[in-house]
Amino acid sequence: MTITKNVDHNTLRITLEGRLDTNTAPQLEAELKSSTGGISELIFDFSGLDYISSAGLRVLLAAQKTMNKQGKMTILHVNETIMEVFEITGFVDILTIA
Amino acid sequence: MAEITIAATLDNLDTVLAFVDQQMEEAGCAMKLMAQVDMAVEEIFVNIARYAYHPEVGEASVRCEAGGDPFQVIVGFADQGRPYNPLEREDPDVTLDAEQRQIGGLGIFMAKKLMDDIQYEFRNGQNILTLRKKG
Repeated sequence: MTITKNVDHNTLRITLEGRLDTNTAPQLEAELKSSTGGISELIFDFSGLDYISSAGLRVLLAAQKTMNKQGKMTILHVNETIMEVFEITGFVDILTIA
Repeated sequence: MAEITIAATLDNLDTVLAFVDQQMEEAGCAMKLMAQVDMAVEEIFVNIARYAYHPEVGEASVRCEAGGDPFQVIVGFADQGRPYNPLEREDPDVTLDAEQRQIGGLGIFMAKKLMDDIQYEFRNGQNILTLRKKG
C-alpha cells in the first residue's frame, strides 16, 4: 500500500493506493498518529484503494474517534467492494462517505 | 483442487492470497467476487495465524476450487491447532456509534457476510473451515 500525505493549513489529505489489510494497516496507523496533531479536517482519498480488511476498519474507527474530538473526517471515492464492507459492518453510519 | 500447506503466520498472508487469486484468475473469476473471497480468506487465515497454535507456530492447509456453472468458489482451511469454531462467536453489534464500537469479532463477521456459506467441522484432529461463494 502507498500512503501519500498532503497538509494544507489544518487540513490533512491522505491518499491510499493498494490494499489496506492486516499487514499494511499498522503503516497507516503510525502515519495517522504522527500527523493528526492540530488537524481539524482529515480527508481520505480511496480512489486507488482496492480492498479493506477488518484491520483497516480498526484504523479508520480510531481515526474517526480522534477526529470526532478535533474536527471532521471524510472519505472520498470509495469503490463498490469497500462500500459493501462499510455497509455490512455498519461503518456507513459511523463514517462520512462523500 | 489445488492445495498449499504453509506455516500459519501473518507473513504468509500474501502467499495465501496469491494462491487463491491464482486459482480464481485461471478460472476466469469476476474481479468483484475475487475481492470478496480475498477479504474472507484474509480474515479466516489471520484468525488461524493469531490463535490456532498460539504461542507456537503450526501449519495450515488451504485448498481452492473455482469454476462450474453456476460459477462457484470454494476455499477450505485446515489446521491442527486447538479446536475452535469461530462461527460460534457472537456477532458484533454493528449499530453502535463510533465511541461504543467493539472491534473484536468484526473480521469473522465480515467473512460470514461476504460468503454465501461457511461450514466448520472438527475432524481427525483438524479444524476445517469451508467457505463457499457463488459468482
